[in-house]
Amino acid sequence: MGTAVANTPWCVMVILLPLAGALVSFLWPRRSVPLGLVTALAVPACVAGLGWQVAEQGVQRYAVGGWGAPLGIDLYADGLSLLLLLMTALVGLGISVYSSGYFERKTAAVFWPLWLFLWAALNALFLSADIFNLYVTLELLGLSAVALVALAGGADALIAAMRYLLVSLLGSLLYLLGVALLYHSFGSVDIAILAQRVEPSPAVWAAVGLMSAGLLLKTALFPLHFWLPPAHASAPAPVSALLSALVVKASFYILLRLWLEVFPPSDAAVGQLLGVLGASAVLWGGIQALRQARLKLLIAYSTVAQLGYFFLAFPLGTSIAWKGALYLLLSHALAKAAMFMAAGNILRCCGHDHIVALDRVAKRLPLTLTAFTLAGISSMGLPPSGGFTGKWLLLDAALYTGQWWWALTLILGGLLAAAYVFKVVGYAFTPAEVSHEVRVVPVRMEWTALVLALAAVLLGLGTPWLLALLDIGFPFDSGYAG
Amino acid sequence: MNSLLLYALAGVGLFTLGLYALIVHAHLLRKILAINVMGSGVFLVLVALGGRTPGGAPDPVPHAMVITGIVVAVSATALALALLLRVQAKTGRTRFPEQGNIILKEY
Repeated sequence: MGTAVANTPWCVMVILLPLAGALVSFLWPRRSVPLGLVTALAVPACVAGLGWQVAEQGVQRYAVGGWGAPLGIDLYADGLSLLLLLMTALVGLGISVYSSGYFERKTAAVFWPLWLFLWAALNALFLSADIFNLYVTLELLGLSAVALVALAGGADALIAAMRYLLVSLLGSLLYLLGVALLYHSFGSVDIAILAQRVEPSPAVWAAVGLMSAGLLLKTALFPLHFWLPPAHASAPAPVSALLSALVVKASFYILLRLWLEVFPPSDAAVGQLLGVLGASAVLWGGIQALRQARLKLLIAYSTVAQLGYFFLAFPLGTSIAWKGALYLLLSHALAKAAMFMAAGNILRCCGHDHIVALDRVAKRLPLTLTAFTLAGISSMGLPPSGGFTGKWLLLDAALYTGQWWWALTLILGGLLAAAYVFKVVGYAFTPAEVSHEVRVVPVRMEWTALVLALAAVLLGLGTPWLLALLDIGFPFDSGYAG
Repeated sequence: MNSLLLYALAGVGLFTLGLYALIVHAHLLRKILAINVMGSGVFLVLVALGGRTPGGAPDPVPHAMVITGIVVAVSATALALALLLRVQAKTGRTRFPEQGNIILKEY
């Protein structure tokens, strides 16, 4: 048994399984829901298998079809990719359970293949060992995400999807041009080989600029975030959840890999610039979230703000800072999925999501409101949530490197988050002037939101274990062992 | 300046031209075409830079990349055109609204 687990190529299974699930549920639309759920249960099991392999045997490298690195495609799994795979598996399972209650049959037949394709693309992206394969997976991810946004069918959703598609394609093409320049300069697209050969030259700096610009556009870093709120807010609730929780993290992951392993060490000014943009995102996103009249837009702007935190690690640059950013990324995935699910429940129950008219939601949907509040606690960064651990690590790094102004951003961002979360919670307790008819929300939709929010809050308790996981094949500069 | 570099520079030119058109034109079909022109520019750069040694056999790897890229571009264009038709059917327009109010609906 032990050897069977040890010898199975789990990294291939992790990609093939959702891909197969997508195809089968596409071919058999009437059974798409049970097929999708079975796949959604099997993928986390495979990720667990891979996790066991990585924990026991260290970093995994698998040559697909037996063709090695220069010619064929390699899959690569270290602590960082495993962490993101685990995050995707957990949130993905939650989204799958939620969706099985959310969609009616006709839409479900379209949703499941697209969602499983997206899942396969995400897993493939996190396991890619070369920058061209990353481009292909990024495009697969983008195309399925756009189709999922359009699923809502309304004029606004279609326009948001169109804008999202154009932005996504532009980002990918910028990235691809960078890949072309890097390949020309060093004759390889493999990340490990590039890491050895790369040396500064004008072509490399052009590639760094192009690839970073494309990825920042896709990650929606302020001021390139304009496409995100409409796309994330007008999609169906489970799609909003998976876009905000998972899809934006994919391009950030690529940026992180390239920045840490491929790009030559650049001027400190570049890191500072990214940090300033991140801090602006935190403040601007927070203020915009506070100003929104609609719950889903509020949550979408909160994503813009939370994405900003990840970029605070670039000017700090110590290993503690990177770990803090990744911890925030993980807890944001759980919390934001829970928030969008809660918003979906409220939308289903009340038929609208005007914040001022949240008519006694606290009484009608107590579980949902609890989920929203718990997720909010993680976004604010209160202990023992994962958000707290992440911010604490970043704070630690900011003070250690003597850059106290980033610590100020963290505190202001937390206050803004508290303000917009309590704005929603406050209205949820007060009766509105005009009472609306309410619709029943399926139990599983309430519980999945709650479980994910609880996971985000309890994430802070797993800190030692998760940080040890990140140390496997640790690609970060060791700043200091705090 | 050898001819391959000329091709590569033409590719960069196409890319820039496409980027300009993408930003300037409001009609969505023109935007989709602009993205395609940008894509062709990137492919031209990839193929042109594949000829490393003058007169020698070109490097086949960029060609494989371009073929993959073309497949991606075709699928993306198909999705974009399908979306364009849906947008037109729903709104009667083929451009983005100036300052769109976002209306969220449960369906």
